[in-house]
Amino acid sequence: MSVVSQMSRDGRQLTISIKGRFDFAKHQEFREAYEHQDLESVVVDLKEATYLDSSALGMLLLLRDHAGGDDADIRVINSSMDVRKILAISNFDKLFDIT
Amino acid sequence: MNATQPQASLTILIAEDSAADRLLLSSILRRAGHVVLTAANGVEAVAAFRQQQPHLVLMDAMMPVMDGFEAARQIKALAGETLVPIIFLTSLSESEALARCLEAGGDDFLAKPYNQIILAAKIKAMERLRRLQATVLQQRDQIARHHDYLLNEQRVAKAVFDKVAHSGCLNAAPNIRYLQSPYALFNGDLLLAAFTPSGDMHVLLGDFTGHGLPAAVGAMPLAEVFYGMTAKGYGLAETLREMNAKLKRILPVDMFCCAAVLCVSFHRRCVEVWNGGMPDGYLHRVASGERTQLVSRHLPLGVLSPEVFDDCTDVWPMALGDRVFLLSDGVIDTADAQDQLFGAQRLQQVFASNRQPDVLFAEIEQALRDFGGQARDDVSMVEISLLQSGLIHPASLVYSDSGQSCPLDWSVSFEFRAATLRRFNPLPYLLQLLQEVHGLRAQSGPLYSVLTELYANALEHGVLGLDSSLKRDASGFVRYYQQRKARLDTLDEGFIRVHLQVTPTDGGGRLVIRIEDSGEGFDVARVMRRPMDDIRLSGRGVSLIRQLGQNARWSDDGRSACVEFFWEEMA
Repeated sequence: MSVVSQMSRDGRQLTISIKGRFDFAKHQEFREAYEHQDLESVVVDLKEATYLDSSALGMLLLLRDHAGGDDADIRVINSSMDVRKILAISNFDKLFDIT
Repeated sequence: MNATQPQASLTILIAEDSAADRLLLSSILRRAGHVVLTAANGVEAVAAFRQQQPHLVLMDAMMPVMDGFEAARQIKALAGETLVPIIFLTSLSESEALARCLEAGGDDFLAKPYNQIILAAKIKAMERLRRLQATVLQQRDQIARHHDYLLNEQRVAKAVFDKVAHSGCLNAAPNIRYLQSPYALFNGDLLLAAFTPSGDMHVLLGDFTGHGLPAAVGAMPLAEVFYGMTAKGYGLAETLREMNAKLKRILPVDMFCCAAVLCVSFHRRCVEVWNGGMPDGYLHRVASGERTQLVSRHLPLGVLSPEVFDDCTDVWPMALGDRVFLLSDGVIDTADAQDQLFGAQRLQQVFASNRQPDVLFAEIEQALRDFGGQARDDVSMVEISLLQSGLIHPASLVYSDSGQSCPLDWSVSFEFRAATLRRFNPLPYLLQLLQEVHGLRAQSGPLYSVLTELYANALEHGVLGLDSSLKRDASGFVRYYQQRKARLDTLDEGFIRVHLQVTPTDGGGRLVIRIEDSGEGFDVARVMRRPMDDIRLSGRGVSLIRQLGQNARWSDDGRSACVEFFWEEMA
């Protein structure tokens, strides 16, 4: 599995971890990771993500929409320099808490 | 396939010169439920194949008139792409002869005397192959048909889109160079350029998420808004707000459009920039060789709701010959044979080593070719250079009405107060109103330029009290526009009044524009002493107004400006 999701024990925080290229090929898996969950807060862990393209940005927007839009609590963590650069060009730090 | 499954009935041709063998084979095959055709030599076999197209052929190798090898070659040629399995019947046993059977196009062979069970098994195996081949061919043709269909759809979509996208000045303006694959649209790349009524140039380089038709779909409404609002005289901020709102409304959540948008003003010699999600653009200064990076400071279009969208732009001064470059990520991400990326640094090196600004664009293209060797079709790049304002003429608008209802004797006054000045741009409405007067249409460019300058002076120096001498150097220029934004955002008093008066004259008409503001005014006599062709960064507005309009004058200590336009009756 290149997309792994895990709910915290108190059922409040969902962590989605991406492995390898984060691109359109992960569309289905990524959506399934959160679709049937009631989302209070979400952490997207990019520690093992090697690359991120514009459709991945679209997927993050879908997640944000699902998690409540402007009220969504989403953190993107462990992003590499390259990934962070892509997120920075698109100014996604205005929508997500990126570290 | 299931072995017990009843075998499909096939039409099988038996080519065999021995009547006894023919009879034997025929009866075996008929009993198995097949339809049998027979031939006594190769010529008959080819003729039978031509007439009745059997599914499978049992072919004796040695026959009179024409042997089985030649008949097999001819039948294979006639069958073309369709697989018609040929099983050679042979008493030959040396391997060389058996190999000849296969070389002539045979698919298998069966040794005499015939073993019924082996014969049935071979026919079944050949039938499986025949069906596989038929399926492959059918699917290949289907894919080819779909592909043609898709290409045709793309061709039509592109033709329609080109009408919209190229209604601007991309190919007409002498100061634009660009590079874009003809099918860039289907990579989501979009390049638009158009003149405003006052002769400024608006340019948009965009990149939709995704590929193919979905990426192209959003381009159409975006282009419509861009061209429509630019032609009506709206500024970048209003156009950006509208484009964002439209895309937000129509696109699915995961689709958006990265875009870099420019307004290049030839009169004021500056460029206004908004970059949301595109790679750094560059303002290349010819005199010093310096580059200003035009950095993405915003989210792409179509992500934020209209209420929180940020239309804040940066303004940079430009000198004659200076160039602005915009590029898509395809440029930076062009990869060489080792999968290394071209990168922003190599691009910077091309800029740095350039000696002749005129060939800079070609040098970048060359560097990409040298580096990548292989053209990507999502490489989009555009260069806009600043020319003398007189050298560029936006095409004048074409009107279809007759002019019979043209209003010739009227006046109107507006007062725009603080809350309105903060966000609203009244110029497009005023221009539209004045366009109703036929005699003024030929002068719509100068008219709009003068209106724009008068309004900008009244707002910036009058109501906002900004000091135009700030704009003396490049850093002051940037500070000026920062102050402008800060003061405008917090504006809570002041006004601008616009009076327009149209009166008929002997053989024509006259328009008087008077604009008043609530500001401090200025030393009119001192400003008037400056030469008209003054091209310092500051104070260009006044000389432009005096050149383009007639009887330009200031009163009430500079708080009231008045300009006139005249026209002759048209034949």
